[in-house]
Amino acid sequence: MSAGARLPRWVDLGLLPLLNLAAAFLLSGLVVLAIGEDPIKALRILVNGAVGYPEAIAFTLYYTTNFILTGLAVALAFHAGLFNIGGEGQAYVAGLGVGLACLYLDFLPGFAVVPIAILAAAAFGAAWAAIPGWLEAYRGSHVVITTIMFNFLAAALMTYLITNWLLDPAHGAPETRRFAGHTTLWTMQEMLGWFGIKAPRSPLNAAFFLALAAAVFVWIYVWHSRAGYRLRTVGSSHKAALYAGIDPARTIVVAMAISGALAGLMAVNEIQGAQARLLLSFTGGYGFVGIAVALMGRNHPVGVCLAALLFGALYQGGAELAFEMRNINREMVIVIQGLIILFCGALENMFRPTLARLFASRGAA
Amino acid sequence: MEDLVLQTVSLLASTVRLAVPLILCALAGLFAERSGVVDIGLEGKMLAGAFAAASVAFWLQSAWAGLAAAMLVSIAFALVHGFACITHRGNQVVAGMALNVLAVGLTAVLAFAWFQEGGKTPALADAARFRPLQLPFAAEIGAVPVIGTIYVRLLSGHNALVYLTAALVPVVAFVVFRTRFGLRLRAVGENPHAVDTAGISVARLRYEAMLASGALCGIAGAYLSTAQSAAFLREMTAGKGFLALAALIFGKWMPIPTLFACLIFAFADALQGRLQGVELPGIGEVPVQALQALPYLLTLLLLAGFVGKANAPRASGIPYSKEK
Repeated sequence: MSAGARLPRWVDLGLLPLLNLAAAFLLSGLVVLAIGEDPIKALRILVNGAVGYPEAIAFTLYYTTNFILTGLAVALAFHAGLFNIGGEGQAYVAGLGVGLACLYLDFLPGFAVVPIAILAAAAFGAAWAAIPGWLEAYRGSHVVITTIMFNFLAAALMTYLITNWLLDPAHGAPETRRFAGHTTLWTMQEMLGWFGIKAPRSPLNAAFFLALAAAVFVWIYVWHSRAGYRLRTVGSSHKAALYAGIDPARTIVVAMAISGALAGLMAVNEIQGAQARLLLSFTGGYGFVGIAVALMGRNHPVGVCLAALLFGALYQGGAELAFEMRNINREMVIVIQGLIILFCGALENMFRPTLARLFASRGAA
Repeated sequence: MEDLVLQTVSLLASTVRLAVPLILCALAGLFAERSGVVDIGLEGKMLAGAFAAASVAFWLQSAWAGLAAAMLVSIAFALVHGFACITHRGNQVVAGMALNVLAVGLTAVLAFAWFQEGGKTPALADAARFRPLQLPFAAEIGAVPVIGTIYVRLLSGHNALVYLTAALVPVVAFVVFRTRFGLRLRAVGENPHAVDTAGISVARLRYEAMLASGALCGIAGAYLSTAQSAAFLREMTAGKGFLALAALIFGKWMPIPTLFACLIFAFADALQGRLQGVELPGIGEVPVQALQALPYLLTLLLLAGFVGKANAPRASGIPYSKEK
């Protein structure tokens, strides 16, 4: 059957994803048209809002940081055959780790607190993901349902902790006091300042490099380590894994923990980098964006980074769009996100038979 | 005594009201999963249905028109799901997730553009909603102690969709276990090759199951926005589609046990509503967030503690291709 037909590498990795992406954007354009706005004008506002001026680019990269991390989380779990849709909750609970470290360990010097807070984020995220992993591995509870339940539990837990214990009474809003300056990450403005480059104020911070490092880590871990080999073996066949002497249950728990740790690092960008305080619902749906990012990026770190950049631009440009066009709100980006999951994920092979026929006939001629 | 009866009855009555969307979605999932399609998209179909129902009920001032619209929209979503994972053999879970995300985005965007009320639909007048119905002789039987209270407050006084749902459970049980369609449906979820060999189209059967799933999720959505509430609110499904899926697993893909699983979840939900702000002996006041987490926590405990390895329909989750 042509669905499994082999295509030239550049078609498989380049043309096909681009076609899927184009289909998703075409439909998004129809939605814009349906609510009575001009899709071409919308696209122009979106692109300009995303990359049109230095501040926009900084904001785009700040969102990109979130999406690289949550996208890597989903991608890594995918290689183990797991669909981790709990990145949202894992990042939320990881925020608690960052918050506790920055609030209560700020008597320590910066070079101690900063790494502790980052590790705390990873550890809290890992723990929140390892439980659904354990339930999947040892109790047979489907990880999709349990991670969704853990998202709701995370929301309840964090609301309780922030509104009852952590909030700053001097403040009206349900959020903690600001973290001491030495516990937070460098902003991009500061870092560029060292080299005498003037940059606009933006939430972009050192976590951007943390995200890139995480991408390299995932690449090494999944494709160039024994543990990664175990992970991929379990992902393709539990039976084969067992035959090879690999314990699938253990591998699943480890994969979920690492996936949760990656999602948890998103809290570093938001809480320790951009906000410098712990606040309600700071995850803003970025955990779910990770699903679209991973699917679009074909679960490869390079693809994830590129897809994250696209989504970063969409989020930043989308904010501008909602501001400029009366009939469009920020949720337009969620529509595009859903369509991308549909076309790049579930319908990824829709154009394959046609392309295969095209290339087969060209090859024959 | 009468006070205790009243308390219990009103708790059970709100259990019934909260169970309806869960039951409808679980039955929807039953059709889909029995045919071999894992349906993570229940949540999205229900949300899209809720929005369609509230919009059309507002425009036409008719709850029934809203219901029809909800079913159509939800069926359209189900067909997209089918197109992705039956026709193109895509990943079923990913397709379901795509529909969920799409539903969240589309409902918010359209509600904002059409009604300009910040993502909700305008409040519905009573005429455009499903209102409580009185069963016959409520006044006469109501005078009898205990039985009267049970009759008037638990059995009577619900809206049409509640009674429709109560009727649908045995109907679905009959269709799935006592009809030719049901036999084929169960067969295609266990062993699609056998069904194919018998000359029956696997794809057609699965599409039919998706139609049923869409229709039922549509009713659930209409219930949320035009019976339980009087408007569509952003993300008003709040994970109910996933709770229903858990109930379906807990009920081992059987209609009656699934019904009871839904009632348990709904009871937890009703109970948490009652316990908010109440001083419990020995514990004191339980934080409201802990109470709100109760249904989700219960779902996890039931899934992990009692089901163990659930025996899903064997072919569910696997796209069918003739060659393999």
